[in-house]
Amino acid sequence: MTRVLRICHLYPDLLNLYGDRGNIMVLAARARRRGIDVLVRDAGLGDDIAPEDADLFFIGGGEDRQQRIAVGDLAGRKRGPLAAAVAGGAVVLAVCGGYQLLGKFYRPAEGDDLPGLGLLDMWTEHAGPSAPRLIGNLVIEPEDGEPPLVGFENHGGRTYLGPGSRPLGRVVVGFGNNGSDHTEGAVSGRVYGTYLHGPLLPKNPAFADRLIREALSRRFPEFTLAPLPDTFETRAREAMLTRLGARAS
Amino acid sequence: MSLNVRLSTAIALGKTAATLSRVLGRGGGTTMPGRVARAVEPDVVGLLARRLTGGTVLVAGTNGKTTTAHLIAHIMRAEGRRVVHNRAGANLAAGIASALVEHADLRGDPAGDLGIFEVDEATVPRVVPALQPRVAVFTNLFRDQLDRYGEIDYISGLWRAAGARLTPGFVRVANADDPLVYDAVREMPGTLVTYGLDDDRHALPALEHTAEARYCYRCGTPYVYAVTYFGHMGRYRCPTCGVARPDPDVVAKEIGLAGPDGASFVVDAGPAGRAGVRTRLPGLYNIYNVLAAIAATLQLGAPLARAAAAVGTFAPAFGRAERMTLDGHDVQILLVKNPAGFNEVLRTVLAGGPLPVLLIAINDLIADGRDVSWLWDVDFEMLAGHVDRVVASGLRAEDMAVRLEYAGIPPAAIEVERSYDAALRRALALVGSGRLFVLPTYTAMLALRAVLERRGVVARFWE
Repeated sequence: MTRVLRICHLYPDLLNLYGDRGNIMVLAARARRRGIDVLVRDAGLGDDIAPEDADLFFIGGGEDRQQRIAVGDLAGRKRGPLAAAVAGGAVVLAVCGGYQLLGKFYRPAEGDDLPGLGLLDMWTEHAGPSAPRLIGNLVIEPEDGEPPLVGFENHGGRTYLGPGSRPLGRVVVGFGNNGSDHTEGAVSGRVYGTYLHGPLLPKNPAFADRLIREALSRRFPEFTLAPLPDTFETRAREAMLTRLGARAS
Repeated sequence: MSLNVRLSTAIALGKTAATLSRVLGRGGGTTMPGRVARAVEPDVVGLLARRLTGGTVLVAGTNGKTTTAHLIAHIMRAEGRRVVHNRAGANLAAGIASALVEHADLRGDPAGDLGIFEVDEATVPRVVPALQPRVAVFTNLFRDQLDRYGEIDYISGLWRAAGARLTPGFVRVANADDPLVYDAVREMPGTLVTYGLDDDRHALPALEHTAEARYCYRCGTPYVYAVTYFGHMGRYRCPTCGVARPDPDVVAKEIGLAGPDGASFVVDAGPAGRAGVRTRLPGLYNIYNVLAAIAATLQLGAPLARAAAAVGTFAPAFGRAERMTLDGHDVQILLVKNPAGFNEVLRTVLAGGPLPVLLIAINDLIADGRDVSWLWDVDFEMLAGHVDRVVASGLRAEDMAVRLEYAGIPPAAIEVERSYDAALRRALALVGSGRLFVLPTYTAMLALRAVLERRGVVARFWE
């Protein structure tokens, strides 16, 4: 039987800050190397999605203006199908601006809260015009004992978790969700949000494989992923972990 | 002019700082003199710039600032003008002050009559009030160093704000093919002169991934592109609010690209005439730089025919398509800074056919941008099957190797050499009789040039 991994890339021409498409490239290439066919479907403004369309949904980051353009469409025609897909076991990965959109609300410097999708129990606040952006290399230790995740962060908003979401990890180097409580990212079931870009997946192949495994498990529960050599990936990870003084002993 | 004691002190101390920083080997003294002089006389830029009888020219934008400013200086020197010009890389306020201090005597009288300053895109509003440029050139806006500059909207907002402080008599020279630039400058006071390409044979089949301007700034509708040249440069139109690429005043037609060796085209400047242009600067991106320089120098009084002829004698320098000979090998350095520019450089070096080896050096220091995610927006896929070996160097050599692997380059064809010296040796051993193309980010370019200087490289002789 042919196994197919179906990926839906939301707003690829709008929420595509530095390198976000690298995550899709890595998911697709790593699945194909295991003999899995991959279908990537782009869903932009005005495109309808159906819950059964994809095993994995990806949302990248954008500048404020792009985020404002996307939010109406996301909270409108895509909200219901995406929630249904999540209820059915689909994986969602959202990075940076996309991560913020998955929360309960966004609180701007002035005016009313802007509602989010509510797929993660968290909210984001504008830190005020004089607050510095949180920029730099970022290393986190996942809560479940997986290898550290390494990347880069660049965000103005500060994100705070509610009780319904766990953090993706604990900050080892960098700022994370808000620069104060040492949490980074949010996870609820198979919905993952994070400020890690760089992009996230090329230097974190174990996490990429975990997403592929979870995405396939609904339809191919018996399938296991054969290991890949990951020679350059490992070198690049180790180089950054060593340089940042964050290498696991 | 009466003696201004504070200004004279600022100049004297600035010049001392320049001498000291050279003697102490702390670099070429391109920013320290300005910092010192500004500490003594905060308005040193304004006071010295006002004494340039021919006024000043400002060049701003993401890509092409250095080359465009050098071209303008070259053309105007050929016109017999004495030029005060800031050096490559020193394009913040301190670098501009340094150039002015260095070119002034202790009374503040300048050793030149025309100031030409490339200005960091985010520094524009800070220096415009002091420079009060006669001509301001706006080249393009691409995503670049998001960790340092923030978002493109922020930069275009700064330009709009700076425009309000320009004197009405000034001329802005702007890239008509870049909707972000055109939108940022079109409502500024003063005369608007635009430039652009007009040769559909060089259009790309589709809008590139690196295109930033997909949605109209005014109304959020997707632009309709009749033609795209690279990135978001092209003939665009917003179907809702009607903003469209204007008919440029200075146009490049009948474009011929000679791969990495240069380009030729016909420049049509309407009432100012037509002329053939030949340049050693390669690629469509450099045709934009040449057009910007010609459009600017027309405003400074250079006749078109002489400006076009001067372009032909311009030798690429300082890592921008600079050529040299090392151990008998032909070496060409093409600076890479951001995805749109990197794609243009890749197309340019591949235009001559498959390559035995390519050297790419990626750093992540502040001047390069600390975030290297942008490598994933570059279309390295076009290298697959067209290059036998890629040597990756620099602080982020390993990240580059990962990107190449996912672009379809076989792992056995990717070599990681952190050290610039070792990387150069390895690449030269593989290059055979062909030309070695070296593609570094900014600080990697400086480091590679230092290695080349130590190894006694000779600048390639022309004619």
